[in-house]
Amino acid sequence: MSKPLTIAMPKGRIYEEAAELMQQAGYDLSADAEKSRKLILEFPEQNIQVMMAKPMDVVTYVEYGAADIGIAGKDVLLEQDRDVYEVLDLKISPCYVAVAGLPNQPLSRIAPKIATKYPKIASDYFREQGEQIEIIPLNGSIELAPIIGLTDRIVDIVSTGRTLKENGLIEYEKISDITSRLIVNPVSYRLKSTEIDEMVAGLSQAVGVEA
Amino acid sequence: MAKRLMFEKPLGMRDTLPFFYNQKSKAREQLKTSILSYGYVFMDTPFLEYHETIGKVSATKEQRLFKLLDQQGHTLVLRPDMTAPIARVAASQLKDAEYPLRLAYDGPVFRAQQAEGGKPAQFEQVGTELIGDHSSYGDAEVIALLVESLKQTGLDDFVITIGHIGYVKAFFKDVMGEDIETTEQLLEYLYRKNYVGYREKVKQLGLNDEKKKALLALLELRGGEEVFTRSKSLARNQVCMQAVNELKQLFKLLSNYGVDKHIRFDLNLISHMNYYTGILFEGYAPNLGALLCNGGRYDTLLPSFQLNASATGFAIHLERLVEALSDYSNGETRVGIIVDDETHAQGIKRAAELRREEGYQVLLQHIDQIPDLNEFKSQLREYEDFTLKGAEGNE
Repeated sequence: MSKPLTIAMPKGRIYEEAAELMQQAGYDLSADAEKSRKLILEFPEQNIQVMMAKPMDVVTYVEYGAADIGIAGKDVLLEQDRDVYEVLDLKISPCYVAVAGLPNQPLSRIAPKIATKYPKIASDYFREQGEQIEIIPLNGSIELAPIIGLTDRIVDIVSTGRTLKENGLIEYEKISDITSRLIVNPVSYRLKSTEIDEMVAGLSQAVGVEA
Repeated sequence: MAKRLMFEKPLGMRDTLPFFYNQKSKAREQLKTSILSYGYVFMDTPFLEYHETIGKVSATKEQRLFKLLDQQGHTLVLRPDMTAPIARVAASQLKDAEYPLRLAYDGPVFRAQQAEGGKPAQFEQVGTELIGDHSSYGDAEVIALLVESLKQTGLDDFVITIGHIGYVKAFFKDVMGEDIETTEQLLEYLYRKNYVGYREKVKQLGLNDEKKKALLALLELRGGEEVFTRSKSLARNQVCMQAVNELKQLFKLLSNYGVDKHIRFDLNLISHMNYYTGILFEGYAPNLGALLCNGGRYDTLLPSFQLNASATGFAIHLERLVEALSDYSNGETRVGIIVDDETHAQGIKRAAELRREEGYQVLLQHIDQIPDLNEFKSQLREYEDFTLKGAEGNE
């Protein structure tokens, strides 16, 4: 038997959605297995090994070849700019990256400050707008920053907009739509092309994309 | 900035410890033997070059160059690859040499790391350049030599994927016409391996369904021989046809060399935005997350040194090759002779004999300097202990 195909999957909610897609594509990676605390799940009858990773880290595992395939958010791909194949839009966990802030608050003329988990996405976006900004990196509860006057704006993921609303913030601009993508290590893409093409074809059908 | 600790090295710089050094030199010698057997001659160039000459034309991105200033204030670069320096030599000292020119090299190149580890900033490349042969025979020779050199080291399950940038460019010209901006965007998506972005962009274009279908079908042009038929039906212009015929011819020649088993084709392979001009290829091996080797035909580099010639070549990433050679015998190759005050002279004689007659690597060690005798003996392939009566050994 050849070496198993290694898939890096994000822990949590996305896993369930992804496992469901996999099921439709003919791979049984039963989602309740996720409830165990194991980080590596084996599916020997399908010759697949699943690594449970933090969503932000999936791309890293795939770029270094620790995993052949991964499921990663487009936000992470935009932020990290890594050398992996982005082969398929799985259209799961849709959301978008947006600029938000307090209403009627113009950007500071001297040094606009932006709080974000996504320094690269934020500075790329504002550079395109012809605006030089300063980034204040934060890891969570980004909405706090404009409320307490730390920054002029935030750049963050928005899915329903509820958190913004409840904290009295409004959305200024949408930067990019985000969904989960199927990514592949460049070497695996060549050496395991048969297995990977088969999986991509199955998943393409499941999400309704002509591959 | 915190004070540097004794053991720290600049980002991406690594020490080569004896064990890895031995593996590396073994693999290097095997590659060199194969390359020499094809009539290539080895040469070397300096580590430091002018940014104006080498830095600018090299395929390496500006931000990955190591730069420094000389005493006159000129910007220098640590050579980021060997192809550009060799092109410089070919266009100057060797410009009157007999063509085709078969040159080879082996040495470290330097590419600065931006942030994280796992990727060395200095690594060794072994490679060849075939200058002044613009035929498929030249391409085939280079690829066949690459395959044979790799096999010589004991590597077997590797794959060389071949593409043709001429095909891709002509294909886009055929479908997109003079819309250079969109073509560039589509090429950028392919270069960045972003097929999702590519498909989305194609969907948004105001083209008829047939053209859109053709653009999407480009993503599927990979596999064995069978891609030639599909590639031809996809683009009917002269240049594309010619490119496919070139690939077909190349495949036939590679079969003659008997290396076709390792060959795959991928018509949307774009290794570099503006470097290669014809056939290009990348090599992959299991257990490596990154490229093992790459190369291709470049026709604009030599003219940038005012030499009107076409060239093709490959470069093997030596450290990665060693990593891929998992079945390497890592046994100790040294034998030891253990002596004391009385037997030292006798030991010298015996060591010289073993070195001369058996070609062994022999170390001669005085027993007083060995902290743990059993441990010391276990590190050697064989030993002779002259301190024991009757010179017992473990042979």
